[in-house]
Amino acid sequence: MTIRLKRHSVLPGFGLALGYTLLYLSLIALVPLSGIFFKTAAMNWDEFWNTATAPRALASYRLSFGAALAGALINAVFGPLVAWVLARYHFPGKRVVDALVDLPFALPTAVSGLALAAVFSANGWIGRFLEPLGIKVAFTPLGVVVALTFIGLPFVVRSLCPVLEDLEKDVEEAAASLGANRLQIFWRVILPSLRPALLTGFSLAFARAVGEYGSVIFIAGNMPMVSEIAPLLIVTKLEQYDYAGATAIAAVMLVASFLLLLIVNLLQWRSSQKTA
Amino acid sequence: MADYSIIDHRMKSATGEPPAARLVLIVLALSFLAVFLFVPLAAVLAGALRDGLSAYFKALAEPDSLAAIRLTLFAAAIAVPLNLVFGVAAAWAIAKFDFAGKSVLTALIDLPFAVSPVISGLIYVLLFGLQGTLGPWLAERDIKIVFAVPGIVLATVFVSFPFVARELIPLMQEQGAEEEEAARVLGASGFQTFWRVTLPNVKWGLLYGIILCNARAMGEFGAVSVVSGHIRGSTNTLPLHAEILYNEYNFSAAFAVASLLVLLALATLAAKKLVEWKSRQSAGEPG
Repeated sequence: MTIRLKRHSVLPGFGLALGYTLLYLSLIALVPLSGIFFKTAAMNWDEFWNTATAPRALASYRLSFGAALAGALINAVFGPLVAWVLARYHFPGKRVVDALVDLPFALPTAVSGLALAAVFSANGWIGRFLEPLGIKVAFTPLGVVVALTFIGLPFVVRSLCPVLEDLEKDVEEAAASLGANRLQIFWRVILPSLRPALLTGFSLAFARAVGEYGSVIFIAGNMPMVSEIAPLLIVTKLEQYDYAGATAIAAVMLVASFLLLLIVNLLQWRSSQKTA
Repeated sequence: MADYSIIDHRMKSATGEPPAARLVLIVLALSFLAVFLFVPLAAVLAGALRDGLSAYFKALAEPDSLAAIRLTLFAAAIAVPLNLVFGVAAAWAIAKFDFAGKSVLTALIDLPFAVSPVISGLIYVLLFGLQGTLGPWLAERDIKIVFAVPGIVLATVFVSFPFVARELIPLMQEQGAEEEEAARVLGASGFQTFWRVTLPNVKWGLLYGIILCNARAMGEFGAVSVVSGHIRGSTNTLPLHAEILYNEYNFSAAFAVASLLVLLALATLAAKKLVEWKSRQSAGEPG
């Protein structure tokens, strides 16, 4: 008895294409990645637990996840604003602005880090105006939030733009003709249809920010217990040849990211069930 | 938008905001973008040119900078073609056929996006490093992978492999398999079918995927930093070189190197817009 794993097709090359895909994926990604779990499994439990829950490690998780959440929340407020302005209004230079929104995707993270550190340091172009107000951004946890906001912005804007462009104007017109004012239309008509895309953008921005390294380390100050993100702690441990310690933290981060992705997929699946 | 222009005159209050509200929203959005995008971008360029043009070019002509440029180009020259072949193969299998486990495979292609760049580098250190699984075996044969060029290439391949596949899969799924099936029935070989039917249909998406893949390959920092060992003139890519210069307080040189990467990013964004425009144009053409 054979189980049909593939529907019949007249097109050739399925075996070759799938075989090559699986081989390449295994060699480049799956085998090396599974090494983290083998290495972790080889540690004894107490050793793993003590490393993964050391105060310095806990502080780094708190910063990485907390700042990623803060950045994603800022983007959840300003992302829709930017997407709205780009989708609905016309103003000079709009095409350039529209293209530059993707800059955090295209700019190497190290350059983003250098740029943000320069601008937000005490004598930088923006930092010098915040300094008299008593706001220190560079070399504090606030700097981490700024970097992670920068990194996450295009995820939210690009998730929302196509939805805003496809939104039927007649629904808004119908709401208006029924007596709703503009604010009511936004809250009751537009926002609900944006919600799934906003959730997608928010979670993509959050997931990306949790593991971010390059753009953060320049602006963070990297003080243990205060402004040291979890990826940096992995690097620090590696530089001290503490491979087991680095692996333990990496395993915690990996499990957390996979759980996050799972939750995001479940949420998306549930909201698509509801609208369907 | 043109369709609404007449209606807009009569129904401005119904589907648009008052001009004052528009202005406030535009100013708010642009101020946010200015603080987080425009000002930092300008700061890199200003920092690069702070000591004048001749200092700028001198910083770029340093032997260590040139070595970093060479290594960056070398890693991308290996990673991009490899990932191009992978992307086309993966998209062909996933978009044109139905098989068990397809959604799992599609999710696995996104792995590098879910994994911290630092962890992407760590996995190769654990595998090929001196204390790693294959480390002793490699050391006996005097093969260096980690803290050498092969490790940098590997990490670059890893972080940039999803881009071509991710652009192609939705595009090829949307186009379905009917045209290819027709070509086959009419007697075209498998290769002819791909070359004459599939490729022309997806060329702009493919090009966009290559551009994104290349940008990531040249700009990767975290993963490459972990496997590099930071040996000046030998295992430093452009982003790593910028970091070293910055840490040495050689700011104008650091920003000069960074400005090259800014140009790469701006070229990538311009190419993206061009590809979007071209593909919209060819989608508008009949047939």
